Parts: sequence; C-alpha cells; structure tokens
Amino acid sequence: MEEFDPVIVAYCCHYCAYTAADMAGSMRLGYPPGIKIIRVPCTGKVDPLHVMRALMDGADGVLIAGCLKGDCHFKNGNIKALKRTAYLKQWMDEIGIESERVEMVMMSAGMGKQFVRIVTDFLDNIRLLGPCPKNTNQQSNRILSELV
Amino acid sequence: MITAERKPLDEIASCIEPYNRILLVGCNECVTVCAAGGRKEVAMLSSALQMVSMKQGKTLSVVEMTLERQCDPEYVESLALHIDGVDAVVSMACGCGVQEIARRFGQVRVFPAVNTKFMGASERAGVWAERCQGCGDCLLGLTGGICPIARCSKRLMNGPCGGSGDGKCEISGEVDCAWHLIWERMKALGIEDRYEEVISAKDWRPARGGGPRKIIREDLQ
Amino acid sequence: MKTNSVLEKIFASGQFAVTSECGPPRGAMPGIVKEKAEHLRGYVDAVNVTDNQTAMVRMSSFAASIILREMGLHPVLQMVTRDRNRIALQSDLIGAYAHDINTVLCLSGDHPHFGDHAMAANVYDMDSVQLVEAVRNMREDGRLQGGAEVENLPRMFIGAAANPFADPFELRVARLAKKIMAGVDFIQTQCIYNLDKFERWMAGIRDRGLHKKVYIMAGVTPMKSEGMAKYMKNKVPGMDVPDEIIKRMAGVPKDKQAREGIDISIESIQRLKEIEGVNGIHLMAIEWEQKVPEIIERAGLYPRPDIV
Repeated sequence: MEEFDPVIVAYCCHYCAYTAADMAGSMRLGYPPGIKIIRVPCTGKVDPLHVMRALMDGADGVLIAGCLKGDCHFKNGNIKALKRTAYLKQWMDEIGIESERVEMVMMSAGMGKQFVRIVTDFLDNIRLLGPCPKNTNQQSNRILSELV
Repeated sequence: MITAERKPLDEIASCIEPYNRILLVGCNECVTVCAAGGRKEVAMLSSALQMVSMKQGKTLSVVEMTLERQCDPEYVESLALHIDGVDAVVSMACGCGVQEIARRFGQVRVFPAVNTKFMGASERAGVWAERCQGCGDCLLGLTGGICPIARCSKRLMNGPCGGSGDGKCEISGEVDCAWHLIWERMKALGIEDRYEEVISAKDWRPARGGGPRKIIREDLQ
Repeated sequence: MKTNSVLEKIFASGQFAVTSECGPPRGAMPGIVKEKAEHLRGYVDAVNVTDNQTAMVRMSSFAASIILREMGLHPVLQMVTRDRNRIALQSDLIGAYAHDINTVLCLSGDHPHFGDHAMAANVYDMDSVQLVEAVRNMREDGRLQGGAEVENLPRMFIGAAANPFADPFELRVARLAKKIMAGVDFIQTQCIYNLDKFERWMAGIRDRGLHKKVYIMAGVTPMKSEGMAKYMKNKVPGMDVPDEIIKRMAGVPKDKQAREGIDISIESIQRLKEIEGVNGIHLMAIEWEQKVPEIIERAGLYPRPDIV
C-alpha cells in the first residue's frame, strides 16, 4: 500500500509559533514537508471558516499554533482561538470527521525544537487516522500549493 | 431581535439528500446578529454540507447568498437569477424569511436550516435571552420595564408564585424570577405601592388568540 | 353568609377550622379516593382535592370532589390555571357547583417542568389572582369573564395559597394583600417548618390588619423520615426546612422517625394555634391520610364542630 502523506495546514501566530518555526529552520531542524505553514498576526485572527475551508479543500488536519496563556500580543486572541477550536471540534463531530484533526497548541517564540516535535507528532497522529474521511472518496486530493 | 439556532447538521443534510445543487441563503438582519444565519454561518454550513456529501462520494454544489433582509420581497426577488439553477433552497433566516422565499418561488422546495427561537436581547457575548412574546398589548409600563409574559415561566401577571427562591425561578437556577426583578425595579423606582394593584386577566386577542395578525398602515400603502 | 361552605360557617362562628388533603390516584380508581377520604371523616371540616399536583396526570380534582361530596364530605376543589383557559375553568366551576361543591382553592399550579408531561403546552391564560377575581365576579356580580350576566352562577367560598417562605420575603405580605384585593376569602399556607419566619410573616399581616380581612389556615405536613425532610428542604421549590428539623429527624433511629415527624407536626400545630390571626390548620399528610386522626386528636383539635 502506498504510504499516506498527510497534508497539514498550520496557522501560526507571528509572535510565537511562526518565529519558532523560523528558529527551527536556522537551527537546521527539519520537519515534514506536508506541513504547510500560514502566518497569521494572532491565532485570534483565525476564523473557524479558515479551518473549515482548509479541510474542505484537502487538508487532512489543521493545527492552530498560538502563544502561551497570558502571552498573547493582543491580550486574549489565543484564548479566543482555544474556544473556537472547541467549537470547530463540535462541527467535526457533526460532519463525521475525527475531531482530533483540528488542534490548538501553544508555545513561545524560543521553542524551535518543541515546534518541530509538536508538528511532527501532530502529523504522525493524522497519519494514523488516515486521510480525512471526506477525501477518501475523492479521485485525488487537491494540493494546497495555491493556498500556501 | 429574532433569535435562531442552527438545526443539527444531520437534519439539514437529510433534507437535501436527494439534491445536487442547492441555494443556501442567509440574512443580514437578526440571524446575523445572533450568529445563526449570517454570511459567516452560511459559509460554515456550506463547507460542512459539502464535506458531508464528499464523504459519501458525491458532489454538492452550493450557491451561497446572504440577503439584506429575507423577510422583504424586494430582497428575495434577487434570488430569481439563481433559482432555476438549483434543485432546492436552504434558508438560514428566521421562519419569516423561509416563508417569504417559499411564497415567491412556489416551484422549488425550501428547507429551514435554523430553528427560530424567540424575540430576545443579548445578555452578554454569546448569550441571548427571551424578552418579548409579542402579546400585542404591552404592559411594560405597569411592570417596571420587565415583561412577565415573556420572562415568567408561568407568565403570571400577578406574581411571583410560591416557587421562587434566591431570585431564581422554580424551574431552574439559571432562570431569573421575573417577578423578583420586577419587585426590585419597583422598589428602585419608588413605586412599590403599585404592586398591590391587581392586573386583571389579559385579553389575548391582540396576541395570537385573535388568529394570525396583520398590521395595516394606509398612509404607507 | 356569602356561601353555603362549611368552612365559611366554621370561620364565621369563630371556631378553629381544620382541613386536610386527598390526592386523587392516577387511574380510574374511585375506591382509592374513598379509602383515603374515609380516613379523614369526622376529623377534618373539609378536604382539599388536589388538581394534577406536581403536574402529573391524575383523576381530575372535579371528579374526585364529586366522589367526596357523595360520601357526605366537604371537598375543597383545587383549581390550577396551568392546564385550562378561562372558558374551561369557569365551565368546571359551574359544573362543580351543580354537584354541590361550594369551596374552591385557586392556584397557579406547579410548572409542567416538574411532572411527567413536561412536553405539554403551558396554558396560563390566567394566574391564581385573576382566577380569584373571576370566581368572585361570578359570585358577587353574577358575571362571567366575557361580561355576560348569567343566572345561577356558582357562589363559591374562595381560597388561595400563600407561601410565606418564598422570595422575596418582604413581598409576601403585599402578595397576600393583592389576593385579598382580588376577593379571596381564605388562605392556606405552604407547609410551615420554620415557625419563627412564619411568625414574622404573621406579624406583617397583623400590622396591616389583613388578618381581619381573610381567614388564614396554617399549612402543616408531617415528615415520614429524615430522607423526606431532606427532600423537602432541597428539592421542593419554595420550601423552608430549618436544619434543626433535619437534625431532630436524623437524631432518632429510622423506625422511630415517622413517630418523630408526627410529634414535630403536633408541636407545630400547638404553637400555630396560639398565633393571632391563624384561623385554622391545613394538614397535608401526603400519602399518609391514615395518620390524620391521630395528629388531630393529639393536637387537641378533636372533636370537630358539628356544622350542618
């Protein structure tokens, strides 16, 4: 059987996770190419619709990576994102897609190593879950190159 | 505003199961404010329905539109351009909007995607509570600006009943006792003596008791 | 006399009145009604017949009241406004009066939420105060709610409930005044366990002279067990059961708790009798009608006055 390469969209906050990813790069720490990073000014800016549309357009999992609690540059954007993640998980349940395909993680800008570990673990989890159920009946997954 | 809540996705999906092309129509008024059927909710539901059908190996095409007001024929008319291209309409407006579309486009099935709940106000972010039942004969002037018909579980006009405790209704600790609120308000206004005036049995004709209601303004016709 | 009600005659003669309660069964079992009522014969002046109490479907208060009347007892027809609109309520009042039922207790009723028909439509066309007003209008003006003057409308002795323990407390005297304004003749109170608070309420009643305008019957319910005491405290809306009562019940062995509960109610009655403005006792022995004679006798309320 062909190895399944999940497509992950990671919405990364400019003030933490995105910088952490950058640091991972300069530390020459590799992470799987299936992880497509989208920089956002704050996870509070990630609308549930961004996640829905990513899944609809072929992502197998969506990660929202924001600042540690209390560290949000905009006070509570990360807390809002947490609540929206819970809300999205309810949608996933209703649609019949494993709710683990949408997760929120929190980190600081200095956590380059942890960033790599977190996204790799998330990707491994999605690999275990298999392709997003909505994609299995499709001829082929649309590649998110345009989006990223 | 008129508040509404989205129906379970299963229920909506089973309504449109036979169809391949749907028109999903939101409304920019009340249901937008209560986050049930505005532009954003239309987009969310559209994505969800498409994913449900992709899971089944089908393709659902969804035309998303959000009208300024779904309860006005002028705005509903704009759907005429799209109606021939779809098999069914799903409306995210209150029951008034759904019916307006059904009235205008008699040849196509229209399904509600939300349950219309009540006329209410926003208590805080994400919480709406019932405030008015449209009884057609407002008595808020007698009750300190708090409606016992909408807010007392037994719609008592001479409350509170014997079941209130700590300012809460007997049916739930989450529900304020309307008459407790009225009493506090009367005290604050210095009109406690008005409490003892008996409010006589209500004439329900101006409410739903008189059959479906209509307002006619000749000066505007 | 405004009516033929035995209760009114007892009050008017200045005697202390006693009523009790009979909860109709859930099936068409007239035998059960008779059996329950038979326990009360001779020990109480009138018997309240509850109207689908706790919003559970039961034999109608109206039908069970007729059974009691045929037994020669005096039913107090309880009517809640939860289930019937004013057409049905007035119609049942006329029907009841045609069966020689002349005493009514006007209530709003427990919300359907509490019963086994929570899905039922909540009528509440009127509230209890408005029902009092409607019954008074029938008697005093010979008028129905719609305005029509009709002959032979019921001349009912009109009761209502009062709960001195519900919140806000300061409103509870004003609420009674409102019921008096609407035309109530007598009041039966919620079960009293917190006698101090009840006395404070009565003081408020006397301060305004309201005890001269209405007959007040103090509600008493004997507890069967510590479990019942806790249930009443925690689960029944508008009930005030002080911790001492729970402690006292808990302080005796389980097989003696029923006895203790009865002792408490007798002590309560003895104290309540002495309060100025209390004209009677309403003894609600819930599914425990057979204990009524003992309580009434030991409380010194037996024999009952002979009123025809």
